[in-house]
Amino acid sequence: MALDKATVARIAALARIKVPAAEIDSLAEELSKILTWVEQLNEIDVTGVEPMTAVAHARPPLREDTVTDGGIRDKVLANAPETTGGFFVVPKVVE
Amino acid sequence: MTALIKGRTGEWEVVIGLEVHAQVISNAKLFSGAATDFGAEPNTQVSFIDAAFPGMLPVLNRFCVEQAVKTGLGLDAEIHLQSVFDRKNYFYADLPAGYQISQFSRPVVGKGSIVLDVPDGTTRAIGITRVHLEQDAGKSLHDQHPSKTYVDLNRAGVALMEIVSEPDLRTAEEAGAYLRKLRSILRYLGTCDANMEEGNLRCDCNVSVRKPGGKLGTRCEIKNVNSVRFVMQAIEYEARRQIEVIEEGGAVVQETRLFDSGKGVTRAMRTKEESHDYRYFPDPDLLPLTLDAAWVERLKASLPELPDAKKARFMRDYKLSASQASALVAEQETADEFEKLQGRVAKVVLISPSTTANTVINVVSFIAGERGMTPAQFIRMNDVHGALILQQKNVISGRMLKEVLEGVAESTKSAEAFVDEKGLKQVTDTGAIEAAIDAVLAKEPAKVAEYRAGKEKLLAFFVGQIMKATQGKANPALVNELLKKKLAG
Amino acid sequence: MNLTALTIGQARERLRRKDFTARELVEAYIRAMEAARPLNVYLVETPERALAAAAQSDARLQKGDALPLDGVPLAVKDLFCTEGVETTAGSKVLGGFVPPYESTVTANLWRNGALMLGKVNLDEFAMGSATITSARGPTENPWRRKGDNRPLVPGGSSGGSASAVAARAALAATGTDTGGSIRQPASFCGIVGLKPTYGRCSRWGIVAFASSLDQAGPMTRDVRDAAIMLRAMAGHDPKDSTSAPMPVPDFENAVGQSIKGLRIGIPKEYRLDGMPKEIETLWQRGIDWIKSAGATAVDISLKMTKYALATYYIIAPAEASSNLARYDGVRFGLRVPGETLDAMYENTRGQGFGAEVRRRVLIGTYVLSAGYYDAYYLKAQKVRTLIARDFNEAFKSCDAILTPTAPSAAFAVGEKMDDPIAMYLNDVFTVPVNLAGLPGISVPAGLSQDGLPLGLQVIGKAFDEETVLRVAGVLEDAAKFDALPAFVAGTA
Repeated sequence: MALDKATVARIAALARIKVPAAEIDSLAEELSKILTWVEQLNEIDVTGVEPMTAVAHARPPLREDTVTDGGIRDKVLANAPETTGGFFVVPKVVE
Repeated sequence: MTALIKGRTGEWEVVIGLEVHAQVISNAKLFSGAATDFGAEPNTQVSFIDAAFPGMLPVLNRFCVEQAVKTGLGLDAEIHLQSVFDRKNYFYADLPAGYQISQFSRPVVGKGSIVLDVPDGTTRAIGITRVHLEQDAGKSLHDQHPSKTYVDLNRAGVALMEIVSEPDLRTAEEAGAYLRKLRSILRYLGTCDANMEEGNLRCDCNVSVRKPGGKLGTRCEIKNVNSVRFVMQAIEYEARRQIEVIEEGGAVVQETRLFDSGKGVTRAMRTKEESHDYRYFPDPDLLPLTLDAAWVERLKASLPELPDAKKARFMRDYKLSASQASALVAEQETADEFEKLQGRVAKVVLISPSTTANTVINVVSFIAGERGMTPAQFIRMNDVHGALILQQKNVISGRMLKEVLEGVAESTKSAEAFVDEKGLKQVTDTGAIEAAIDAVLAKEPAKVAEYRAGKEKLLAFFVGQIMKATQGKANPALVNELLKKKLAG
Repeated sequence: MNLTALTIGQARERLRRKDFTARELVEAYIRAMEAARPLNVYLVETPERALAAAAQSDARLQKGDALPLDGVPLAVKDLFCTEGVETTAGSKVLGGFVPPYESTVTANLWRNGALMLGKVNLDEFAMGSATITSARGPTENPWRRKGDNRPLVPGGSSGGSASAVAARAALAATGTDTGGSIRQPASFCGIVGLKPTYGRCSRWGIVAFASSLDQAGPMTRDVRDAAIMLRAMAGHDPKDSTSAPMPVPDFENAVGQSIKGLRIGIPKEYRLDGMPKEIETLWQRGIDWIKSAGATAVDISLKMTKYALATYYIIAPAEASSNLARYDGVRFGLRVPGETLDAMYENTRGQGFGAEVRRRVLIGTYVLSAGYYDAYYLKAQKVRTLIARDFNEAFKSCDAILTPTAPSAAFAVGEKMDDPIAMYLNDVFTVPVNLAGLPGISVPAGLSQDGLPLGLQVIGKAFDEETVLRVAGVLEDAAKFDALPAFVAGTA
C-alpha cells in the first residue's frame, strides 16, 4: 500500500506526532515500503479462523471491590512537568 | 401515539435515541483499587494505574461486573456470557492513557427494554440496544486560569455503564419519562445513584427528524446533558432547529453539539470534531470476560422486586389506579414506606389503600418536600400512621390531616398528643355544629336570601364561614348535611 | 582471584564457602562497570545501592541464612521501572522519569537477595534489534570480528544487558523479549538468553511495548544461571491480568538432565534461502549433538513461518501505538510546550520519539484505523492463530524444537541501518515463538568465520521451560563454548 503525504499527515495527527514538513516524503516512502511488505498476508486464506485474542490461559482474574490504592497524590504528581494546587496543568482546551 | 411537530411544510416526526452514562455504585474503580467517592480533594483518589504510569496494568473489579449484569437483568436484557474489553483510542487531557478501556464489539449486556407509563394508562416499550462497562475519564477544569486547564484524575477509571436505547423515542416527554424510569430501575437495583445533579448519570441525546413514513434523517448528538429538564429542552430545541434548517432548503450536518442551558439552545462544539477514528481493538492487557450461566441465574433470583412488577402488584393487590401505583413505585423507599404504613394503620382501623396512597402522594410528599426530605424519610421520622388512624376514626377531619402532619413534624410529638394539645379534635357534636351554622346564617341574611333565591354556589361560602368559626374542626360531612337542611328552611 | 569470571552457580557455592564476601564480588563488578563505559552499556550506575545490598547479603551469608541470589550483581534493562532510580526506556520522551514503584520482576530479584549495579541501555521502547535507536546512543558489542576493529552491534533490544554480561560487567542481567529481544542479542554476544512462556513472568512495572508479546527473562553466562534467575523472576502476579497462575518449579533441576528418548523437532521452513552456510552448519552440528545425547531428530513443518514477521510487524506496532499514547508530556517525562493541548502533544511526541519508534507508532495507528482494521490487524491476529496452531501440531510429534537463533552473526554499526525491513529480518527465527507465546532459549554454540558467536535456539511447549533448559544444557555441554570477547571489562 502506497501512502501519500496527506495520509501520512492524517495518521501523524491521529497519533499526535509532529512530523517536520521536510521529513514527510521520506517517511511516506518508508511507511509505504513496510506496509507493502506486510501485505504478503493477503496470500493467506483465513476463512473460519478465529483471531487470537489472548495467548493461553483461561479467565481474567477478578479483584475484590475494596479500596486498596490511591491517597498518594504527592507520588502521582511528583514527575509532572507542571502542577498547581494538586492538579496537573496543561494548555487550556476550548470546548 | 407519536406527537408530530408542525413545520412550515407539513408535519415532522422526531426520532430520539439516548445514550446514558451511569456511574456504577462500587467502593473501588473498574480496573484499579482507588476509591470512587464524590467530592474528594483533587488527585487524592488516583492510583498509578488510573494515571497511566509506565508499566501499569488493569485488573477487573468483580463487583462492577456484577452491577452491570444486574442492570442488564433489570432491563430485561440478554446477558452475554462472553464479552470483550476494547481500547477506545483518542487524546484528551482527562484521559491519561490516551485510550479508554470500554466494550465495543461484544458488550456484556445485549438487547432489552424499558416500559414507559403513558398518561392515558397504557404502556410503551422502548428498546435497549446494549449496556457495556467502561472507564470514566477524569475532570478538566477550564475556568480556573486564562490560558491553562487543570486536570483532576479522581474520576478517571471509575466504572461506568453505558446504556444505549434504540431510537424508539418520539417526543421530549417520552425522553423525560424514559430517563425517569431508567433512573428508578437503577436505584432499585442499587447499581447507580442516578443523580444527574451530582453527575453520576449523564445523557447524550441523538436527535433527527423526518417526514412521517420517510427514511431516517441525519442525526446530531447533544452531549453531556445533565438534567431531565435540560434533556427535554435540548431535544425540543434541536428538533425545531433541524426542521427549520431543512425547511429553509438546507441539510442537517451530522455533528456533536452541546446544550447551553442558560440560553436554552444547542450549539456545535467549537473544537473541530474530526470524525473520531477510535481504532478500537481488544485490550491485550485483559482476557475476554466469561460469565458463569449459573451465577447469572443466581443473580437474577436475588434481584429486588422492580418498579414494573411492584406497580402491577400494587394495582392488583391494593386495587390502586395506574397513576397512584406509578407515583408510589417511582422511588423504592416510598413504595416500601407506603406498604408499611398501610399495614400498620389497617391493623387498627379500616382504611383503603387508596386513601393511604393519596395521603402519601399528595399530602406527605408536599410537606416532606417543603422540608427538603423524601416522603420516606418523613414517614420514618414522624407519626404519620398515628395521624391517619385519627382521621379514619373521625377524630380529626380530612382537612385537618395536613395541619396535624405539619404540626407533628415541627414538634416531634405523636399525632394524638399534638391533636390533644392543640385541641384539634373534630367537632362532631351536631348541637355545636348547628349552633355555629345558626350564628353564621344569622350574620348573613342577605346571602341566605340569595341562596334561597337560587344562587346555589353560595353554599361553599357558608361552609367556609362555618369552618372558620369552628377553627376548621367541624366535620365537613355533617356541616354540609345540617347546613343544607337549615337553608332549605 | 578473578571474581568476575565466575557464574552465578559457581559464585553461589563459593560465597557460602566464604572464599570471598558479597562485598568483594560487588566491588569487582563495580570496577568492571566503570571499565565498560566505552561500550556505552550503563545508563545509570547505582554502586552505593549495590554495596548497601551487598552488606545485607553478607550479613545473611555470615549467619548461614543466604537467599538464592545473595551477592549476585545484576544489570537491569532500562525498561524495568526501578523505584527511585531513573527509568527512561532509552527514550527522550521519558527523560527524567523516576518511578515511584518497583517492577514485580525486579522486586522478586531483590527479594531473593540479588543486587542492582545499574540500568543498562536498550533500543528505544524495546523497538529494535541492534540497540542503535536509544536516545542515549548505541551500545557496543564487546566482540570484534577477527582482524577488524569496527564496532559491532550487540543485537537488540536488550543489547545493553547482553553486552554487560558478555563483557563481564554484570554477573547476569534482566532483559525483555517481544520479537527476539533477549535471544537475538544473546546470540550476538555469546551468552545465554531465555524468554519464558508468555505469562510466566509478570509484566507489571515493565514499560509496555506490545502487551500480548512482551516477556521478561534472564540473560546469563550459562544455562544453569538462566534457570536460577528464572526461578527468582517468575511467579503469578495478581496485578497483571495476563500473568499465568502457574506454580514455579525449581528450574535448576532440569539442567544437566539427560535428553535420552526426547524427540527434537527440526522445522524445514527455518532453512531459509540464502541462509549463510555457517548458520546451516551450526544447526546441523546442534542436531548431531542432540542425537549423540540420545534424542531423536524429527522433521516437522511450521508452515506459516514465513508469514510470522509480517504478522508481528502488524500486531506489535498496533499495540505499541496504543501503549505509547500515554507519553504526552502531562504527567511525567519530556514536555515541549505548545499553544494548545494538541500542539503540546505533537511537539512533545515529535521531539521525544526517535525515528524507529515514530515509524512503528504510525504503522500501528494506520493498521488499526477505520477501513484498515480488518485488512491488517484482524487478519494478522488470525494468521497468528494459524502460527500457534502450527506449533501445537508440531508438538504432537516432538518435545522441543531446535533452530538457529539468528540469520547472521553480529553486524557492524552502520550496516543494515538504512533499510528498516532489513533490520526486521534479524528476528525471523525468534518472532514466531513470541506470536505463539512459547518459551525459547538461545545458547552460544559456536563461532562464525569472523570469530563471532552464533547461537542455537530451543523452543518448548507452553510452560515447559524445564524441557527447554534440559535440551539447552546438553547443547551447552557439547558446544563447550569458552571463547571470550575482544573486550572484557572484568579483570581478565
